[in-house]
Amino acid sequence: MSDVTLHHGAEHAAEPHEHGHHHPFLQHHFEDLGQQHEASTLGMWFFVAQEILFFGGVFCAYFVYRAMYHDAWKLGSHHQDWKIGAVNTIVLIGSSLTMALAVWGAQAAKRKFTTLMLVLTLLLGGIFVGVKGYEYSVHIHHGLFPGAQTYTNLESTPELTRGVELFMTFYFTMTGLHALHMIIGAGLLLWFIKRTWRGDFGPEYYSPVEIMGLYWHFVDIVWIFLFPLLYLV
Amino acid sequence: MRNTETMTNPHVPTKTAEHADHIGHAPAHHRSSLVSYFAVFITLMVLTIVTVWVSRIDLGAMNTAVAMAIAIVKATVVILWFMHVIHSPRLTWIIVIASFLWLAVMFVLFFADYSTRGWPLS
Repeated sequence: MSDVTLHHGAEHAAEPHEHGHHHPFLQHHFEDLGQQHEASTLGMWFFVAQEILFFGGVFCAYFVYRAMYHDAWKLGSHHQDWKIGAVNTIVLIGSSLTMALAVWGAQAAKRKFTTLMLVLTLLLGGIFVGVKGYEYSVHIHHGLFPGAQTYTNLESTPELTRGVELFMTFYFTMTGLHALHMIIGAGLLLWFIKRTWRGDFGPEYYSPVEIMGLYWHFVDIVWIFLFPLLYLV
Repeated sequence: MRNTETMTNPHVPTKTAEHADHIGHAPAHHRSSLVSYFAVFITLMVLTIVTVWVSRIDLGAMNTAVAMAIAIVKATVVILWFMHVIHSPRLTWIIVIASFLWLAVMFVLFFADYSTRGWPLS
C-alpha cells in the first residue's frame, strides 16, 4: 500500500499525465494492470487451493468417523434443525450472489451499487453467523457439546452417547472453522466497503474486489458440503 | 474497456483511451452478464431444495453419495461462474484442477488405508 500513498501526491493531481503509464494502484514490478490482475487472482487461487486441502483433511476425518459411528452420526444430525440449516444455506448463497454482483459493479465503476452489494453481503454474512450463534446456544443448552455428556447418558446407551459427542466435536470443529472464515471475511468486507466508497475501483482496477469474491465464494462452497453432512445424515 | 467517468476518487487520474490500450497486455477482462449471475443463484437454490428433498427418501448408503454429487455440482457452478474460472486463463484452470486432484489423492490414499485395516474399526 505504500506506493499508493506515494502516488497520492498533489503534484500528481496537477500533472496527471506525468506518469503516463502508471495507474496509482499499479505496483512497479508489474508491466501493466492486466498482468497485475492475472498475478493477483492466480495468487489467490493458490491460497484457495491450500484452503481446499485444509478443509479436505477435516472432511476425510469426518468420513472415517462417520463410517465407524454410523448410528451415532444419524442421531447426532437429528439433533440439528435442518430447517435452520436450510435457511442459512439460502442466506449464504444469497450473500454469494450479492458478492458476485459487487464484482460486476466494481468492473463498471458503479460506486454506489458496488458499495450497496458489499453492505448486503456483509449483512447476509452477519445473519448467517448470528443464526449459527443461536444454534450453538441451543446445543449448549441441551448439553450437546464435547465434554458435557461424559457423566450423563443423553442417548440410550453410553456408546451412542459417546458417538453423538464425537459427532458434535466434528460439528463444532467444522462449523467453527467455517464461521471463523466468515468473520475474517466480514472484516475484509468492511475494508472493501470503505475502499469502494472512496472510489478506488473501476474497469482497469478491480482485482481486490475480485479476490475478495474468490474468498467469499470459497467459504460458501465449504458450507454447501457441510449442510448435507451435518444436518441431513 | 469502459471509461471511469463515474469514479470519484480525485487521486486516480482519468485514463485516456491510449492508456486503456496499453492495458491490453493480458487478455481483456471479461464481464459476465447479470442474467448469468441470477441464473447461477436460481440453480443453487433449486439444488438446495433437491438436496433436502432427496435426503428424505431412504436410499440407504446411496443417500450420502447423492448428497455429495449434488454438492459437487453446486460447487462446480460456483467455481465456474461466481468465481469466473470459465473466463479465466489456462494457468488458473491448472491451479483449480490441481487443487482438486490433490484433494482426490488425499481422499483415495486416506480411505485406501482405512478400508484395508479392518474398517470400520469398532
